[in-house]
Amino acid sequence: MKEMKIAKNELVSFLDSLISEYKVFAPVKRDGFVVFQEIYSGSEALLVYANSKKPPKEILFPQSEVLFTYRLGGEGLGIEEPTFKDKQMVIFGIRPCDAKSLVILDDIFNSQVYKDVYYIAKREKTLVIAIGCNRPSSTCFCTSLGGGPFSPDGSDLLLVDIDHEYVVQAVTEKGKQFLKKHSEFKKVEEHSLSLMRSVIETAGVLIKSKVETGEIKKKLDVMFDDPFWDWLHEKCLDCAVCTYLCPTCHCFDITDEALDQRGERVRIWDSCAFPMFTLEASGVNPRPTSKERTRQRIMHKFKYFVDNHDMAACVGCGRCIKECPVNLDIRTVLNSILNR
Amino acid sequence: MKNPYLPLAMRTEKIVIETDDKNIKTFSLSFLNEEDESSFNYLPGQFVQLSVLSEGEAPFGIASSPTQPGELEFTVNKIGVLTTALHNLEKGAIIGIRGPLGNCFPIEAFEGKNIVIVSGGFAFTTLRSLLKYILYEENRSKFGNVTVIYGARRPGLLLYKDELKEWEVRPDLDVHLTVDRADDGWRGKVGVVPNVIKEVAPSPENAYTVVCGPPIMIKLTLPVLRQLGFPPERIILSLEMKMKCGIGMCGRCNIGNKYVCKDGPIFTLAHLNELSGEYKPGGRNFETKK
Repeated sequence: MKEMKIAKNELVSFLDSLISEYKVFAPVKRDGFVVFQEIYSGSEALLVYANSKKPPKEILFPQSEVLFTYRLGGEGLGIEEPTFKDKQMVIFGIRPCDAKSLVILDDIFNSQVYKDVYYIAKREKTLVIAIGCNRPSSTCFCTSLGGGPFSPDGSDLLLVDIDHEYVVQAVTEKGKQFLKKHSEFKKVEEHSLSLMRSVIETAGVLIKSKVETGEIKKKLDVMFDDPFWDWLHEKCLDCAVCTYLCPTCHCFDITDEALDQRGERVRIWDSCAFPMFTLEASGVNPRPTSKERTRQRIMHKFKYFVDNHDMAACVGCGRCIKECPVNLDIRTVLNSILNR
Repeated sequence: MKNPYLPLAMRTEKIVIETDDKNIKTFSLSFLNEEDESSFNYLPGQFVQLSVLSEGEAPFGIASSPTQPGELEFTVNKIGVLTTALHNLEKGAIIGIRGPLGNCFPIEAFEGKNIVIVSGGFAFTTLRSLLKYILYEENRSKFGNVTVIYGARRPGLLLYKDELKEWEVRPDLDVHLTVDRADDGWRGKVGVVPNVIKEVAPSPENAYTVVCGPPIMIKLTLPVLRQLGFPPERIILSLEMKMKCGIGMCGRCNIGNKYVCKDGPIFTLAHLNELSGEYKPGGRNFETKK
């Protein structure tokens, strides 16, 4: 991996130059929360932050997305097809856990048989610039899921903050080409590289939460009927915040919104925590209570997804731990499963 | 890259009221564009998503057979928002269609075999597709004996009444119709489907059985078929679940690690028994594992 560097005081002007060419998304503070939004000036980007409240998955998989529009009452269906003319995009400042979630989402939306053109059109035009985590939070457990505060998975470029400058690692060929194109990136000295190594090492030690997730699937393989699920859900409120804020959760609903002659078919995030998620018109619901729904969430992330994709649908970002109103901590859940 | 979410346009050519309570109708549709028709290739057992724009989309098994080119048929029970919207449509209405989706009945494996079709209520739709496919002149000789055991709560709720009459008199088809409660003109059997299977006792020798019906029928039918000697590998079921995307992405129709939309809707009982996951009705497995 070839490293370069960029001085911190040049970052804002670098982002400004990107904005003229790309649609740039970066963490910003809005209403007291950190979220990823399109920025129109380099100075808007927040450079010191733990992680965003909402995962940046919504850049590629929006919470609400129009699939197509239509006009009623004319010839045929009157559908106006989408054109996918998005600009090239840069996601700047994404954390390595969230960058890794893009690898997981790629496997779902760019499957072998079916192609989700809405996701793929945006994804193909996106360059991912991650900033590693010098100071991981107490809820972070990325290292338990094959990631780490400086894991390169899913990023094209990875930035390491070494105080006065960032060391930049080109992870993909796309990242390498990008580095070549931009003169703001300079040759890096050995001194900076050794600082980078020590930052990476320190951050790894700061992640205290450890779950032996390698054993989880084997346990879950035979746990569908385990009495564990009878009590696990008891304090769950079915609020679904864990799934809405999860960078890998990808369940959605498709619905029509029409007024007079104009209508839209819209895809919106949905959640396995909601009773309506699987409720059929006949009144039958295969997951009628919180027990089945909680089991589905855990099983999907740590067994079914592993069966189908050879990886867990969790990156250890800790959002579900931070935001759960009843402190249903996924690390505790996983450790309880291991102890069964 | 093909956009899997865009529906194709079809015109409603004919609407037939199937049942005396008028709650089930069969829609015959034809493609508006010829290219769409030639690119839509399906086999019995597959389903589609039907759209009534402004109301939404829902999955329906294809009730017609690919041996009747130019038209697609869907039998719709009026039970929710979209099915009500469909029932309110008149001849000539334009309907959106996405598909074909899901897998089909294992037709190649069926060749040279005797086929026992078991169905109850309005679940007969994709089995009608299969039956029409098998009975098609050029196909019939590829399959062995065909037995149909089909029941409804009362005679007025049986689907495809005109076709049933034709099928009953066909020499190459063994049809057993049954109802829970007979009326004056009823000449078929009286009793629930599992009891009629016991009475008919189809031989499992060189045979596949295909079962589609309400959860309670499935639950009571499977032990009877097992008793008769049908192995789980040759008991074929068609499942349904709430679906949105139909292509394995929206995340709601899974049973264990399989998606009913993408990996199904057709499964063998042997396959289902291997999966951990929720099956209807309420309980876990169709068949208790020993």
